[in-house]
Amino acid sequence: MAAELQPHGGQDSRRRTHIGKRIVVGLDGSVAGRRILKSGRAMARWFGSVRWNSWAFVAPALLLIGFFLVYPTIMTIIRSFFGRGTALFGPTVEFVGLTNWKYVFTNEIMLTSLRNNALWAILFTSCTVGFGLTLAVLLDRVRYEKLAKSIIFIPAAISMVGASIIWKFIYAYKPAHLAQIGVLNAIVVAFGGEPVGWLIQRPWINNLCLIAVGIWIWTGFCMVIFSAAYKNIPRALLEAARIDGAGEWRVFRNIILPLLGPTAGVVATTMVVQVLKIFDIIYVMTNGNYSTEVIANRMYKEMFNYNNYGRASAIAVVLLILIVPFMILNIRRFAAQEGAR
Amino acid sequence: MRRALLVLLVLTVVGVVGFADEMKYVTVMHGWPGEQAPAFQKIVSAFEDANPDITIIVEVVGRDRPALLATRLAQGNPPDLTPHPWIGTMKQWADAGEIVDLTGLVDTSDINPALVPIGEYDGGLYGLFIFPNVKSLVWYNPKEFTANGYEVPSSWVQLQALSQQILDDGGVPWSIGLESGAASGWPGTDWIEDIILRTAGADFYDRWVAHEVPWTDSRVKYAFEVFGELFLNNYVLGGATGALTTNFGDAADPLFLSPPAAFMQKQATFINGFITDHFPNLVAGEDYAIFPLPGIDPNATPDGSIPLLVSGDVVTVFNNRPEVIKFAQFLTSETAAGIWSSELGELSAYVDADPAAYANPITRQAQEMLLNATVSRFDGSDLMPGEVGAGIFWTGILDYVSGIDLDTVLSDIEAVAQDAY
Repeated sequence: MAAELQPHGGQDSRRRTHIGKRIVVGLDGSVAGRRILKSGRAMARWFGSVRWNSWAFVAPALLLIGFFLVYPTIMTIIRSFFGRGTALFGPTVEFVGLTNWKYVFTNEIMLTSLRNNALWAILFTSCTVGFGLTLAVLLDRVRYEKLAKSIIFIPAAISMVGASIIWKFIYAYKPAHLAQIGVLNAIVVAFGGEPVGWLIQRPWINNLCLIAVGIWIWTGFCMVIFSAAYKNIPRALLEAARIDGAGEWRVFRNIILPLLGPTAGVVATTMVVQVLKIFDIIYVMTNGNYSTEVIANRMYKEMFNYNNYGRASAIAVVLLILIVPFMILNIRRFAAQEGAR
Repeated sequence: MRRALLVLLVLTVVGVVGFADEMKYVTVMHGWPGEQAPAFQKIVSAFEDANPDITIIVEVVGRDRPALLATRLAQGNPPDLTPHPWIGTMKQWADAGEIVDLTGLVDTSDINPALVPIGEYDGGLYGLFIFPNVKSLVWYNPKEFTANGYEVPSSWVQLQALSQQILDDGGVPWSIGLESGAASGWPGTDWIEDIILRTAGADFYDRWVAHEVPWTDSRVKYAFEVFGELFLNNYVLGGATGALTTNFGDAADPLFLSPPAAFMQKQATFINGFITDHFPNLVAGEDYAIFPLPGIDPNATPDGSIPLLVSGDVVTVFNNRPEVIKFAQFLTSETAAGIWSSELGELSAYVDADPAAYANPITRQAQEMLLNATVSRFDGSDLMPGEVGAGIFWTGILDYVSGIDLDTVLSDIEAVAQDAY
């Protein structure tokens, strides 16, 4: 093998023929392949082959993914057809058919969860992407760009739970004649209003308040990605358009936006994947009470609070099914973007 | 040289084997991150002093203990012993054969006989009720009561009249805190349970907890309505939103503002710790005091006594080894109970607990109530399956208080209960 790698002219021609034989092994397999593998030398060559090497390199990753991702996924799907209990399988777990699936798509609290996840997906994604894009373009023209961007990016560095606790204080409610400790209600009261139970008022105020927290955390992330993409646009292109008499809006609409399109696609799908599995904010701030339930929080409750692994599995699979198309879209877009580079 | 090494090796092996043979370990998981932890540690030390061959390994899990315990159980690695309040879950463990039936293993003669049955299930003894709490208590500020000429009510009618009087005087009678993070709603379940005991009686209560009567039963509905009246009559600080957003641990605070923002709060004995933590200068018995929540319907409690709602932690054993049983037995002893109550001022399940031994007059009063109660029942929500008692019952309270129609709330709970029992 080592000899093979030496770049001598004579061996070089031999290598070419070996590669040819390897292709024979690879393509038609049986007869030609077996004949070649009979000799030890050929086997050694096969072990040095591109195909073997690639399998050897991929194998650890495949094993890990298989064990930690594929196997649990399959087990979860199977478990979703079995009843309550914490055992994976066994005498205490009974087969219930589609009962869990019926629950997932007919139970009122699950329908609320699905509705809220849709609300999150639409509002959260459009706001984070919209604000991120706007900020990236606008801040490019500000003298204190770095400072401003750092401040907007800071929430991304706070853990979701930490941010949720901060916002729980911001939304805090105290009865009218007591001192308000929540910033938002303090402002409302200062202007002569009645304090509002921000996290209690269903179904819109509390859900919007929760989504606002998510937007606060993730806008900075979107902005940074957009900013990097924006700075990659050749300045000459924008200059040329301006010299040709295009107004700023025209430049943004017809040049910047199309060029940022692929980036927006990746950012948007990333945000959708983020938001479909949203858990922390809900768990910390309302625990899904007052019609704020989401799919992931429901799954946690069914699994850990109610010991119903069957239902939890069905909910988990629903979450998976919802997320997979966006993951595929995301990977495709990302690949396309990389390819274009 | 080689011989010396050999000798050393032999000595090491003997040492390790001998040591492993002598020292036994008991793992305990508890959920008391606060002031109870050092008190429990003192009980552990007392046991270890008496049994030098046994080491207790204590693991404190403050949050999400049910989740952690469920995963540990699933992987076959539970602690040897745990004190916990989840009687409903304990029954599921017993059904699954995951916990030890202590009948004949642990002598329960040191436990208050009224409290022993709480740990019994299906003919077996699966929990030792050692750490009790009394729930049916109303906390008030005696100085403010005196200043305003209010008297401690001894009947429900008097309690209502007092509430109305406070309201008419421009005050707020009740402070209620239903918020408790992921467990929000549970303080309301105590209200419903106390009211059912007082309107429908203990027998009905047992049947309701066992789901032998549906949630849509008129007597259950009536209990919710009695609770709801507090809100409809504007008796609650901040109204529904105030109750829903106030943390249970902060709900006593308004009683001690000047002027007080509210005059009464219903909560279990443990709230004592919150009050002294938030207001270290307050003196128990002088600045704050308790009275039992009065009876409502005399027909529900024929002997005229006041029903007592209790809760607390029972000790459940996962692994049947002599040293584990020995520690469980020790926890029932007078020594352990003495440490617990003297360190914390907590109530004691010890059969001959002496109320007079308590320095805190409130604890003394609660201990007397515990010893003398003719009708006492364990917190029903802890007895129900998790989906109901730690799920839809909690959220049902929140839904009802936040204005959802009561019939809808009760039929929602009933639907889950149908499925869970």
